[in-house]
Amino acid sequence: MVWLNALIQGLLLGGLYALFACGLSLMFGVMRVVNLAHGDFAVLAAFLALPVIDVLHVPVLAAALLVAPAFALLGYGVQRLVIQRSLDVGPLTTLLVTFGLAIVIQNGLLQGLSANSRSLDIGPLASASFRLNGQVSVGTLSLLIFATAVVVLLTLQALLSRTAMGRRIRAAADDQEAARIVGTDTRHVFGVAAAIAFATIALAGMAFGMYSSFDPSIGPQRLIFAFEAVVIGGLGSLWGTLAGGMVLGVAQTLGAQVDPSFGVLAGHMVFLAVLAFRPAGLIPARVT
Amino acid sequence: MSVRRPAGWTALAAAVAVVALASLPYVVYANVTNLLVNLFILLVLASMWNLLAGYAGLISVGQQAFIGLGAYTVLFLAQGGVDPFLAIPAAAVVCAVIAVPTSLLVFRLRAEYFAIGTWVVAEVFQLVVVRFASLGGGTGSALPGLAGLDPALRQAFTYWATLAVVVASLLGVYLLLRSRLGLDLTAIRDDEVGARSVGVRTGRAKRIVYLVAAAGCGAGGALLIISQLNVQPAAIFSVRWSAYVIFATVIGGVGFIEGPILGVVVFFALQQALADQGAWYLIVLGCVAVAMALWVPQGLWGLVSGRFDVRVFPVGYWVHFDADGAMARVGRLRRRLRGRPEG
Amino acid sequence: MPLLEVRDLTVRHGQLQALTGVSLAVEAGETLAIIGANGAGKSTLLRTIAGLHAPAAGSVVLDGRDVTRLRPHRRVAEGIVLVPEGRRLFPSLTVEENLLVGAHRDRGAGAWGLARVLELFPWMGERRRQLTVQLSGGEQQAVAIGRALMANPRVLLLDEVSLGLAPAVVRRLYDLLPELLRSGVTVLLVEQDVSHALRVADRAQCLLEGRTTLEGRPSELTADQVEAAYFGLRGAVAWSG
Repeated sequence: MVWLNALIQGLLLGGLYALFACGLSLMFGVMRVVNLAHGDFAVLAAFLALPVIDVLHVPVLAAALLVAPAFALLGYGVQRLVIQRSLDVGPLTTLLVTFGLAIVIQNGLLQGLSANSRSLDIGPLASASFRLNGQVSVGTLSLLIFATAVVVLLTLQALLSRTAMGRRIRAAADDQEAARIVGTDTRHVFGVAAAIAFATIALAGMAFGMYSSFDPSIGPQRLIFAFEAVVIGGLGSLWGTLAGGMVLGVAQTLGAQVDPSFGVLAGHMVFLAVLAFRPAGLIPARVT
Repeated sequence: MSVRRPAGWTALAAAVAVVALASLPYVVYANVTNLLVNLFILLVLASMWNLLAGYAGLISVGQQAFIGLGAYTVLFLAQGGVDPFLAIPAAAVVCAVIAVPTSLLVFRLRAEYFAIGTWVVAEVFQLVVVRFASLGGGTGSALPGLAGLDPALRQAFTYWATLAVVVASLLGVYLLLRSRLGLDLTAIRDDEVGARSVGVRTGRAKRIVYLVAAAGCGAGGALLIISQLNVQPAAIFSVRWSAYVIFATVIGGVGFIEGPILGVVVFFALQQALADQGAWYLIVLGCVAVAMALWVPQGLWGLVSGRFDVRVFPVGYWVHFDADGAMARVGRLRRRLRGRPEG
Repeated sequence: MPLLEVRDLTVRHGQLQALTGVSLAVEAGETLAIIGANGAGKSTLLRTIAGLHAPAAGSVVLDGRDVTRLRPHRRVAEGIVLVPEGRRLFPSLTVEENLLVGAHRDRGAGAWGLARVLELFPWMGERRRQLTVQLSGGEQQAVAIGRALMANPRVLLLDEVSLGLAPAVVRRLYDLLPELLRSGVTVLLVEQDVSHALRVADRAQCLLEGRTTLEGRPSELTADQVEAAYFGLRGAVAWSG
């Protein structure tokens, strides 16, 4: 039954990856921005949670309620001050700038803290599990994270399709110039989209910090997983991202079953296979 | 009206410079030539990245895939008894060959996702390589085959090999850009859709550039393992190489052959200045590069070249009009990362 | 005082000079038609008034206030709204969402709102939840106009409303104009189709290669004058008396 357990674990892991990926997907879908510092910002959020927990003596889950809004503000600032400027310069400048940010964040964390691995202590929740029909065990934390991912995706979808701001975000994503002539301040709207994306990045970073350990150099790997989830699932589709995350998660856990060091590589291979044979992804959609 | 491509002075100066540099091992101590080896390797890598980004419009953050592959090719051949120095061109060829199927995959990604795709490729290469215990697995391996050489001689040979590779790379890039392919690339850079509509085979042009860059990075990796005498997968496949190269080129000037030269020199100066500061020099370098990308996208060379109308490696065309006694010169150097007019 | 004035506008696209020293004035409640051949600069003129291009020289003045420095979304707040060439509806938004996104919080109080726009185009009500890509060209144009009206514009800029539409459809759209004007909207429209433009306009202005070649009331302009100004034939430049 180890295989079934691995499968379930992989599916739930998909929730974590989807949580990671939705921020990346949102920023690309709305602004055509690929934030190469995506993973590093997530790691930054986890590192930020540590002093919040230590100083304010709040439980980890409550710390998320503080870190996420802070990150939303950070995202708004980064978008309006740095990314917007790079968009104005040229199409590929954003890649260079976000790459620079990624390296600066990684090395800043390395310099300011140490290279040591940390993790967010959630006590007994870390290893808690419950059994389904006696044979299959499901990690409680994994399930919680998966549930959080679903809630976040639902919230995002509701935000985009039912609110006035969501309407403006979709309009600006469709046609920036037309949005401006109907009175939308696209710079502000993009800032809001980035704020939302960064809030999800914070949640994802903290979730990952609870699920496994983190250190300053782990950002790129997170970025790659998020990206693979997006591509496997299909660009431009939020729920596709969940599907992609689950496929990636399953590939990794099953691969790790075969050989502990093979897990990550198995995920990469599935990604490359999707890229080779079905580049549009599993659930391609035009509209976010 | 005449069309000119003045390169005479450059050729002369370059020849003199190469001769002077080649004679250095007879003139200075090994620590100077070792420094130059590191600088030249970085220059090769930066020129390759510049070719990809500045001329084919492909931002790659995964060239370390081929740096590592080149190094490991040399290791593999050296373990089989081949002289490491002779393995350098083999490393370049192997990388170009592996780049073919790789390109088929990464070119399926749209431009913005292409960058991460190249990063994934680098991770995959690393993960595959460490599975081979014969190549040292996760901890790496020393390079056999050079132990018998006198250290001074080995360092001199390493220096000359590096000099040969950097000259070949710069010359290769220069000739490539002056060729028909170079014209195609400039057209793509200016307006890809327009280029395609007049028959420029954009896909093929980009692919060739990708292969050339892979070969160049492979040669760079080969030189790295030879100069370091060992290889470690985490280090050789590290994204730091992309960081160094991107920052240096952005500071020097993307889209100019002279850009990486200037950028690498600045990079080295900064590195020497911040040598004891641990991770600081990457932080400083990163901030400087971000600032340059935002406010001086043409780089330092672009600033100089724009102000004083200087070109060391002329790849554009100068059209001279002699009309009514007045001479108007129209330079055709476009900078890809310049802003566009409002609207 | 005219509601909208354009003074000596010069606009460049890169190295191309799209407009040279163009001036115009529109009184409140008036309809001014800008006519001219393809590439004459008509769209550029409207887009500059809407704020999408920054002029190299000249100014745009709304009700005595210089708005040349304002970004497009700020101009909407002031009451200048453009219905762009090609409609430019948002493909991932429904008809209703397209209309709603046109509303501006600074321009809520006014004659136009969702209900009134749906009255103006009775068919829109039942199709409000459809995506705009499923509509015909004429219907899309109607939605685009409705979207602009949602912001209660003081000056409505109509760019090539007739483009790609059947004559009957165009005629129906132009028949709406009087109701718009009754609600207090001033209209500045651009048209390649001269007959429609001159039929509905109070005054007309012709552009050729970025310059004004003719101005006047349609009733006072002869067909020859218009033709000469439109095509620039025989180098004749006629000015209204």
